[in-house]
Amino acid sequence: MVKRGIETMIPETLKAEVKGLHFYYNHLHALKNIHLPIAEKKITALIGPSGCGKTTYLRCFNRMHDLYPGNRYEGEILLYPDRLNILSAKVDPIEVRMRISMVFQKPNPFPKTIFENVAYGLRVRGESRKSFLAEKVEKALRQAALWEEVKDRVQDLAFNLSGGQQQRLCIARALATDPEILLFDEPTSALDPTATSKIEELIMQLKKEVTIIIVTHNMQQAARVSDYTAFMYLGEIIEFDKTDKIFTHPSQKLTEDYITGRFG
Amino acid sequence: MISEGQTIVQIRRKIAFNKLRDYLFSIIGLVATLIGFVLLFTLIIDLLIDGFPRLGWQFFTSYPSRFPEKAGILSAWVGTTLVMVVTAATAVPLGIATGIYLEEYAKRNWLTHLIEINMNNLAGVPSIIYGLLALGLFVYFFKFGESILTGGLTLGLLILPMVVIATRESIRAIPNSIREASYALGATKWQTVKDHILPYSMGGILTGMIIGLSRAIGETAPIITVGALTFIAFLPSSPVTAEFPFLSFKWLFDPFTVMPIQMFNWVSRPQKGFHLNAAAAGIILLIMTLVMNGFAIYLRHRFRKRIKW
Repeated sequence: MVKRGIETMIPETLKAEVKGLHFYYNHLHALKNIHLPIAEKKITALIGPSGCGKTTYLRCFNRMHDLYPGNRYEGEILLYPDRLNILSAKVDPIEVRMRISMVFQKPNPFPKTIFENVAYGLRVRGESRKSFLAEKVEKALRQAALWEEVKDRVQDLAFNLSGGQQQRLCIARALATDPEILLFDEPTSALDPTATSKIEELIMQLKKEVTIIIVTHNMQQAARVSDYTAFMYLGEIIEFDKTDKIFTHPSQKLTEDYITGRFG
Repeated sequence: MISEGQTIVQIRRKIAFNKLRDYLFSIIGLVATLIGFVLLFTLIIDLLIDGFPRLGWQFFTSYPSRFPEKAGILSAWVGTTLVMVVTAATAVPLGIATGIYLEEYAKRNWLTHLIEINMNNLAGVPSIIYGLLALGLFVYFFKFGESILTGGLTLGLLILPMVVIATRESIRAIPNSIREASYALGATKWQTVKDHILPYSMGGILTGMIIGLSRAIGETAPIITVGALTFIAFLPSSPVTAEFPFLSFKWLFDPFTVMPIQMFNWVSRPQKGFHLNAAAAGIILLIMTLVMNGFAIYLRHRFRKRIKW
């Protein structure tokens, strides 16, 4: 069933490919044999009921699971064009995180200034040239559609921003280091509808520059923003296809039941 | 609503009875609170009445003397200050490093658990035990003598668990999402600690440090055990010198006394004049502690204003 989905992808260039991914929290088998292509400069959405493993799956992409003991990966995620298996024990998770950025569920700015929040990724990479940092910070804030709102107060504390602005600040922080893939973990679940639509608009803008994977529990959101959608259930990919196809003619009964709201 | 078989009159009586008990407890509570408060207040007033007339320039600039009216606390407050410097210099770096290691680096295994349990128990060990330990370790084994260094290290050990616990608590208050944000940008553990964990928990750490120091400043037992003198009529050698390298650490090895020991010495004398001196020194010690606690509260507020999780 998954195969069919992949064939429909062939015209696109791949940015990453997930092959036979299994994930274990100690003895809990959380992800089961996942195969999934990630198309370059497209938005791939993951939908499914809570607890289905969407977030677990997303956090494999930046090796976030390495921070906690007892987690184990099997299989590969190949990053193109260099075919680097980012799950390999030989690959340093820090290198992976420097190439793949993440935006979290709740806005989590550092208790620092707006400027320092955006500059932090560059500082971690040893960058300290003032003019370079200023240039990068401005560019990232512009990309995140926040520059006009904060350009006169980049030295203000980030906590003084509204929730939606904080989330856009987190997006700017993730963009400042020119990531190859940008991961979004339910980025609007803590925001009001106005802030949500702003973020959605922004995500659609960003796909011109970066490959995006987004986890969402909101099906309308997936339908609005994404090019491809994968439906996950109990740690497995049930169906993967072009977004309009999934939402109009799902091939699996389970997918149809979920998107029509029969469960979830 | 009203349970079966009860008339409204019965219910009203019941409510009145319950309210009476409510009222009774509020009286008991008030009396209990007042007992503690009034006693303490009387004690402080008494201290002020006795000691206040003795406070003056002469009291701060004189050494102890056979004549109560000529005696002062010069060697005691200088000793206390220097001992506190050594205490802070020992307990703070050790305590912060331990706290960070236990929270951020240590694997959750039986060894870590053992250290954690012991750390919490250490905070409750009677201070005289620290005195005995220090006597064996610093005075006899390391041969630091009955010096400021020994006194400071002893009190440093005493408050070390407090600094560790304060550090760990304020580190734990940092939400995990902040750590993840840092790691997700490619930061190493040390970068995360130095750029986030440490700065964001500094308020709590400093508060813990000051509360530890204000406990140490009043400690008498371990200081007597390691051999602080009760009668010192000279100052330790100066930490600043006229010749190169301008800094001297000879003071670390000088004998010393501290405020509570000076007070203890005066109280144990028969003459009334010395008792007044003890009261005056008590006021100074109290002010030192209050100022430190006030500073701790100020720091906590200052850091809280910047950081709201």
